[in-house]
Amino acid sequence: MKTIKLGLVTILAAVGMISCSSDGDDSPKNDVNPLAEFNLIANIEANGHSLELYSEGKTGFTTGYNELFVRIKNNADDTYYTNPEITWLPVMHMMSMNHSCPISELSISDDYDTVATGYIVFQMPGNTDEFWDITFTYEVEGQEFSVTETIDVTAPSDGKQAVSSFMGSDDVRYVLAMVEPTDPKVAVNDIKAMLFKMESMMSFPIVENYSVALDPRMPSMGNHSSPNNEDLTYDAVTKAYNGKLSLTMTGYWKLNLKLLNSTGEVLKGEDITDENEASSLYFELEF
Amino acid sequence: MNIYKCIHKVCTILMETSRSICIWVLLLVIFIFPINIGAQELVLPKDSIITINLDEVILISAKKTLDYHRQPKPLSTLDEYLESSKKVDMVKRGAYAWEPTLNNMFSERLSVTIDGMRIFGACTDKMDPVTSYVDVSNLSQAHIASGQQGTEHGNTIGGAINLELDRGNFKETGLYGGVEMGFESNNQMGVVGAELNYSNSNFYVDTDVIYRKAENYFAGGDEEVEFSQFEKYNFSANGGYKIAEDQALTASLIYDEARDVGYPALTMDVSLARAIIASVGFEQDALWGSLNNWKSKLYFNKVTHVMDDTKRPDVPIHMDMPGWSDTYGFYSQAALQAKKHQFLFKVDGYYNKSLAEMTMYPNDPNELPMFMLTWPDVRTANAGVYAEDELDLNGSFLKIATRMTVQNQNVADEFGLNSLKIFYPEMEKSKTRFLKSISGQWHKMWMPWHFNAGLSYGDRAPSVTEGYGFYLFNSFDNHDYIGDPGLANEKSMEANTKISWEKSKLKLSAEANFFHIADYIIGEIDPSLSVMTIGAEGVKIYKNLEYANLFNTSLDMEYAILPELKWSGLISYHRGTDNNGDNIPFISPFSYRSGLQFDNRSFSAAFRITGAGKQVNYNPEFGEDQTQAYTVCSLTFGKTFKFNNDSMYAKFGVENIFDENYSTYTDWKNIPRMGRNFFLTLSYSIN
Repeated sequence: MKTIKLGLVTILAAVGMISCSSDGDDSPKNDVNPLAEFNLIANIEANGHSLELYSEGKTGFTTGYNELFVRIKNNADDTYYTNPEITWLPVMHMMSMNHSCPISELSISDDYDTVATGYIVFQMPGNTDEFWDITFTYEVEGQEFSVTETIDVTAPSDGKQAVSSFMGSDDVRYVLAMVEPTDPKVAVNDIKAMLFKMESMMSFPIVENYSVALDPRMPSMGNHSSPNNEDLTYDAVTKAYNGKLSLTMTGYWKLNLKLLNSTGEVLKGEDITDENEASSLYFELEF
Repeated sequence: MNIYKCIHKVCTILMETSRSICIWVLLLVIFIFPINIGAQELVLPKDSIITINLDEVILISAKKTLDYHRQPKPLSTLDEYLESSKKVDMVKRGAYAWEPTLNNMFSERLSVTIDGMRIFGACTDKMDPVTSYVDVSNLSQAHIASGQQGTEHGNTIGGAINLELDRGNFKETGLYGGVEMGFESNNQMGVVGAELNYSNSNFYVDTDVIYRKAENYFAGGDEEVEFSQFEKYNFSANGGYKIAEDQALTASLIYDEARDVGYPALTMDVSLARAIIASVGFEQDALWGSLNNWKSKLYFNKVTHVMDDTKRPDVPIHMDMPGWSDTYGFYSQAALQAKKHQFLFKVDGYYNKSLAEMTMYPNDPNELPMFMLTWPDVRTANAGVYAEDELDLNGSFLKIATRMTVQNQNVADEFGLNSLKIFYPEMEKSKTRFLKSISGQWHKMWMPWHFNAGLSYGDRAPSVTEGYGFYLFNSFDNHDYIGDPGLANEKSMEANTKISWEKSKLKLSAEANFFHIADYIIGEIDPSLSVMTIGAEGVKIYKNLEYANLFNTSLDMEYAILPELKWSGLISYHRGTDNNGDNIPFISPFSYRSGLQFDNRSFSAAFRITGAGKQVNYNPEFGEDQTQAYTVCSLTFGKTFKFNNDSMYAKFGVENIFDENYSTYTDWKNIPRMGRNFFLTLSYSIN
């Protein structure tokens, strides 16, 4: 009995080995295109590589929060590099100066090792005289490359404000960007925003532990509000500000905001009263 | 129509000159008959059920009995017929689609049915009460039951109004038809109706059609009430066929459509209000055992209601507000007689879909429209059993009735559910309620005295508006209303009594009822909420008050001076307070009616006075202000002409003789009622 069992185990193990080795065959990892459902919004060709930039919902770069997916293709054999190390730096070339904007690092996504993800918050669109470009510095197969490409950043197609760059009462310049909701509904929506401070022309670190008071209004319908909204508070895990946004009907909503620092001091924005119909700090939604 | 206007003017001038004389006569009349004199109540010959119940039957169709004289105004709207009831008051938002109230309670506390069929209006603003989807041409009578005595067709607090369809019912009447025409001077209303019926012992079919069109009416003092026009037509057919000596199949269909209906008291009008009401029934004389008189019915109705503000000047924001209400239902009932018992058993059920939406168009055309569901596709499934027994207790009668119902409400639309969850994050999609009613009514006679007393308990589920309404604007108190799906059932404990003294010439009766309503549902201001409607003052949420008390009492009198000449009258008093002693809105002030009626079968004449005292108890929080006292008088003459077999009946009358400019406590936003109005109706029946 014992020998028979042992024999069975051996056979099973052998079969297992064979199937494993066939798995380990060097067929390309990108059999399934992980970004098939996404929009390719830029394809930068340089150094025999193609840098592909994807967005989940957008068809181009827009002002506000842009979540982006980047991968690098070896044009020689149409394969994508795994675990590329990429850094990026968007720069706005204005008439009088250059500056960057809030960005995250590009990190390899959890699901696919060929795809790096991150975000860029453009505070302003480009125009005929002023433009944005992005410089990518990346290392593949032990060699470092760099490429700079001009990109077209426009206001969102609905023209609604999803980012605000402003000077706080503490004389610090901040950038506040709405991350969610991307698909607002007549319901209680999760609202998520990110707050950055302009430390220098090129450095925009995340601001922690402030809060953002929320008062959504419909200016076309008597400037009425909605119940059970929750102000946005800082979440250390996501490094973002989360709150609840109640939208009682479709249409145009103005999300009036107030930025408060960690001691509760108002840095920007005003309360809505009969005399004051809107705050100077706001986002807009229309659906 | 111009000629018609001229006649109106001429008559008006004549009236003005005779005004002082009339007032004098009036004072004399009041002086001679100090207590009261009143409108003739149209009560059918009483059977035992009616004597036990404090029910009231309003006769609508007179053609079967050729008893036109008992109708004050044959081609008037159903609303006017109902208003002639002692317990019913009509809430007016315009000239059309008045909302009946019973014991000072509104639609949500009443069970209003058409031949036992449940039907629900599709308008979130109550612009289409059930009674607006039938016309007098469809009906034979309206059966009005107070309080828990009205639970036969559904759970109720205030009572029930069942509108009974007019049908041939296998009588050997053969083919007969009729044409009716009516004109009213005040709003230039023209009414044309026709009917064609056939009935024999095996088969009957009744068809009728009626069309009404009215322009704006004028309140007393020639004040035009703008947006009070309406136009409606109604077609109905019903038939029966005996498939065996003791079995019959029946079917009925009503198609009712109103267009261009103005609501002067509201901010919107109606471009379309349409109902299709259909049923098939089966009747059998005997069921198993001693059960008999078995009747079953399957029915459905579909109501479409479209509000419209395109004709109003200066609307702050243009909006569309359509609503739909579809109901599918059935009932089956049988009776049983055993010695001293008379049982009635009934099972019934219905399924209703109520959906209403609102789209607002911003003044900036580049902005997207604002959309919300004001009734989030609420599906109500309701099933109940009803049983009653009339007991003969040697010299007195006792009627016991009970109803048990299970009702489930389910928010079928995800969009609507999410909207409500903004207010009620924990709310469930579906909610089941158990409803119950039990009542006892006792009748004792010591001729000529009658004594009735009743005690009952019943509850009701919140209406769709009260449970699920979303930002419904109430123009009366100028607030947006939001429903609460978690409301408790409203429970009513009711006591009633009536004592009457009846001799051949003189009838006197005093009647009172008292409702203690626990968890009374009413809107309460929530100051934390922001008004949606432009110009509204605040937002109210439906809440359960701890309790409310309602008390109604009346004194009724009838005296036959001569066999052809009768005085009759009614005075009533009403009171409603909540648990803090504050006034409940829409409670009638002291009111009275009195009248003198002459009728010798070929000629009739009637003089009536109705009025109310100054409203003392009102509640400004609900938009009420003090309604002033008023008295209005009307005078009618009727004459029957015979042509061989055919007959023609003509009725002429004038209402509000002195052109009083007045409004009552039920007039939405105090819109004034119609001023002086002359009417003429002609009914020609071919036998």
